[in-house]
Formats: sequence, C-alpha cells, structure tokens
Amino acid sequence: MRAVKRFGGEAVALVLAAVIFLIPFALMLLTAVKNQVQAIDLDFAWPTEWRVVQNFTEVIQARDYVLLRAYVNSIIVTVASVAIIVVFAAMAGFVLQRRAGKLGALANFLVLSGLIIPPAVVPTIWLLQGIGLFKTLSGLILVEVAFGLPYAVLLFRAFIAAIPRELDEAAMIDGCSGLRLFFKVIFPLLRPVTITVILTASVAVFNDFVNPLYFLPGDGNATVQVTLYNFQSQYNTQWNLLFMDIVLITIPPLLAFVFFNRKIVAGLTAGSIKG
Amino acid sequence: MTRQQAGPVTGPGPDSTARHARGASARRRAAYPYAMYLPAAVVYLVIFLIPTGMAFYFALTRWTLFDSTFVGLDNFRDFLAEQNLRIGFQNTLFYAVVTSGLKVVLGLLLGVLLTSKLRLRGFLRSVVFFPVLVSTVAVGITFSMLLAPDTGLVDKALALVGVSGPDWLGGASTALLSVALVDVWKGVGLATVIYIAGILSIPQDYYQAVAVDGGTAWHRFRHVTLPLSWPATYSVIILSFIGGLRSFDLIWTMTRGGPGFTSDTIASIIYKQYQAGFFGLSTAGNVLLFLMVTVIMVPLTYLLGKRQVTT
Repeated sequence: MRAVKRFGGEAVALVLAAVIFLIPFALMLLTAVKNQVQAIDLDFAWPTEWRVVQNFTEVIQARDYVLLRAYVNSIIVTVASVAIIVVFAAMAGFVLQRRAGKLGALANFLVLSGLIIPPAVVPTIWLLQGIGLFKTLSGLILVEVAFGLPYAVLLFRAFIAAIPRELDEAAMIDGCSGLRLFFKVIFPLLRPVTITVILTASVAVFNDFVNPLYFLPGDGNATVQVTLYNFQSQYNTQWNLLFMDIVLITIPPLLAFVFFNRKIVAGLTAGSIKG
Repeated sequence: MTRQQAGPVTGPGPDSTARHARGASARRRAAYPYAMYLPAAVVYLVIFLIPTGMAFYFALTRWTLFDSTFVGLDNFRDFLAEQNLRIGFQNTLFYAVVTSGLKVVLGLLLGVLLTSKLRLRGFLRSVVFFPVLVSTVAVGITFSMLLAPDTGLVDKALALVGVSGPDWLGGASTALLSVALVDVWKGVGLATVIYIAGILSIPQDYYQAVAVDGGTAWHRFRHVTLPLSWPATYSVIILSFIGGLRSFDLIWTMTRGGPGFTSDTIASIIYKQYQAGFFGLSTAGNVLLFLMVTVIMVPLTYLLGKRQVTT
C-alpha cells in the first residue's frame, strides 16, 4: 500500500514537472512548423501542414538575410570573446593562486566586485566612443571579455589550487618559468576546467541581450538575440516565423546541453558548495 | 636533524634565512610574474573599472556624451522625487526578494526530489535544468504568448476549471509578479543543480544515524538535509539576489516596464532614460543601483557567511 502511494506521489511529481517545464518548448516547436493561419491560434493543435522547410527558408531570407548576418556576428563575438577570456583568465588565475600578497588580495577583491557590481552603461558607451570602438564588433567583444573575466578567473583559480606546486618547481629546475612554465606545463593540465569555462562563457555570450542592445545598436550588425527582439514587433502576425527564429536560436545551446550537460552543471555549481 | 640544528651555529643564522627567503621570493617573482595579470587587468580596468568610477562624476551632470554640465545632485533628486522613477526601487527589491525566495524553496524541493530514488531522475534533472541555457529573449516571447489574456494557454487552462484568469502582463497588479514567476521558471534549474550538488555532498552517516534512531523522512529532511545544505542555500540566495537586482532582459521583452511604469525596475529605467537621451539621469540610476546592490549584498553576505560558520 505504501509502495503504491509512494509510486503515485512520484508519478504526480514527475508529470507535473514535465508538463511545467516542457509545455513552453512544445509550443515553440509546434508553432514553428505550422502555416501562418494556424499559427495565429498559438495552441497545441497538431499542424495541419508541416512547413518546416518553407518557414526555415522564409525566416532566413527575411529582411535581406538579416538573421544569417546576425548569426555570423554572434558566432564571431562568441568565439573571439571566449578565446580571449580563456587565455587571459587562465593566466590571471594562475598567478592569483600561486602568489599571494597585497596585489593578490587586490585582485581577489576586484574579481568579487566584478561579479556583484552592475556595469555603468552610459559611461561605458562614452569610453568606447572615446577609443573608437562604439558600435563595432571589437567593442562588444571587449565588453563581453571584461564582464566574463571574473567568473572565469574564479573557476581557473579553484582548479589550479589542485595542481601541486612541486610540478612548477620541477619545471623551474629545467629552466622553465613565467609564460613558458604556464603555457608548456600548466595550461595543458587545465583542459577539464578550460572546457567548462568555454561552455559556460559561450552560452552566456551567445544568449546575451543587454550588452549588444547597448553597445552594438542598429540593425546592420545586430546579434541573434537583438534580431529576435526586433522580430517580435515585426512579425506579430506571423507567429510561425517568429517561433522558427526562436527554434533556430535555441539550437546552439541545445547542442551544448546534449553533449556537455555534466560539464556545464559542474561549471555552474563549482565553488558554490564549499562557499 | 643534528645538522640542521648545527646550521645556525656554524653560519650567520638570521642572515642565511633572510637570504634564503629573498632567493625564494625572487624565484617566485620569476616563476609567477605579475605581468601575467596584465592582459586581463587592462581590459578589466578600461572597460569596467574606469566607466564605473566615471559614473560617479557623470551622474552629477547634464550630459550629451560630448560635453557635460555640472548640476550637482539634481539627477538624484529627480530620481527620488518622480513617482515613475521611484517606483523602480520598490519593484527591483520586490523582484529580487520574490525570485530568490522562490528559487530557494522550489530549488530545495526539486533538489530533494531529484536526489531520491526516483525513476527517470536523470531525465527530470535535464528537463528542469535546460531552461537555464535558453536565451532570455526566447523565454520572454514564449511566455508572453502563454500568458496572453483569454487566448493564452494559461487563461484557457484556468477557464477549464471555471476561473477567469487575469490579464497577467497587462494588469498593473500582476505584471511584475508574472515576470518574476517566469524568471523563477527559467532560473530554478540552476538553484536545483546547486542543491543537488549540496545534498550529494552530505555524508551518508548522518542519514544512517537518523535511521538508527527510527526517524521519519521528515526528520531526515528537517535535521540533516536542511541544515547541512546551508552552503547551497547561501549560494542560491546570493546568486539569485544579485541576478534579481540587476534583471533587465526578461522585463524588457515581456512588459517593457508596463503597463505605465508599474513593472519598471531600476535597470529598465536606466535603459529608458538612456534611450530618451538623458544620459546624466541614466547614469544616476546606475549609481543608485550600485549603491543599492552594495547596501544589500555586503550585509547579506556577512550575515549569511556568519551563519555558515556557526552551523
């Protein structure tokens, strides 16, 4: 009897959670493949007509291939800023972990500040304009790097703490120190945490909406999130195309999730348990 | 052993240790040069620290990006005097408290559920976590559809049980709460995985001790899981409070602060003032947000951190 009750409770919890968390995705997928007339209903009726390919090509071609260009921009920004974050944060995390002292304390303080303090937007625009990088991809990349560094430094520092110093000393006896010690000996050992940083930072940058909105305004060189935001007002009668856009934009994080779920979870929960 | 003790006698003791220390620190300088901070430090200084510092000056000016006139505390006075700006403080605080409170409660419940011996546990964990990785704009648009008055799925479902649902995002009293609930839907997965990690790190001995004393599931939860997952609670509160105080994208895609100004947070007001060309006022909003975050987060971190030490 108790087993039955237990099983019943489990089943209810399971169904409830699945419904609450899956229904919005079901709506996205169903609406994305319907025709325009049926899509207006925004319901869960089975598509009368499967327009996967047509909706896909229509969304891609819309407004002179704006989505395609946005995709290219998003990929450039993501790849460039994540690559820079990995190298810069790994180096900083290494020195920070190995060499305590006044400067280390200051660096620790700055890392924590970076995690907490909301960035001052208009002064950042003013500064980017001053160095000629406002409304450029390079400017946005620098912004993503600056805001992404603190968390990456934390992850690298925590991982490097587990690498024995004896290794550094052995390398130093062989005449390796500084940059050579780091790139020849330490960096290859950081592979697991590097993958974690790449994944968490990529998802964050690719999904970022606020920074492109402020620092890369205009339609010409928008990123996918801003394009999606603009589609919302332009396609308010063509829900099928709007949701096809959403599906297309959700595919990269979905792939990351399918292949690297554990790594991402490890990265996001790192350090949160030991405080 | 004897040799070491003999050391100071034969050699000039203090001098030798000092030289040794100097040697070690020189080696450390060479091995871990501060120059390796440089690339990260330059980007961080230029893009983050300088604008943050300059904000305190520009907040006191009427500003067009090209030239600025000093106006003292006028911007701050406007912010605190005008109802449609002041509402941002209440809303931001409300949003942060509701989202982090619900994430703690639901995250803990889901964490307990998903660490129990449940079939399909792995599947459920994935389902709960996936929204964390989906773009906020996509989530905002989808939920705007689901919450549409009458035609939206939520109101249709309520109609089935005979309740006429409100206009969630269009009503002044429900708009902010609705957005906050969607935020919880999207973010509870992160809280859940943090709790799962926390619960799995509790040694099994404690649970065995409760079992020996004949404790029930409630005892296990109340006297073992709840107190010993405190570090996870701490992290979830801090993370979601910071996120809640800064939140912009979900509010902007779902209500744009509307209807009227009823769901405006400080972050959305900063954007509105920026769009309207009031750069000084917008920056004053940034400074106020900075102060609000500091005033709340510093004592909160301290209080929660102290609790962590004592338990």
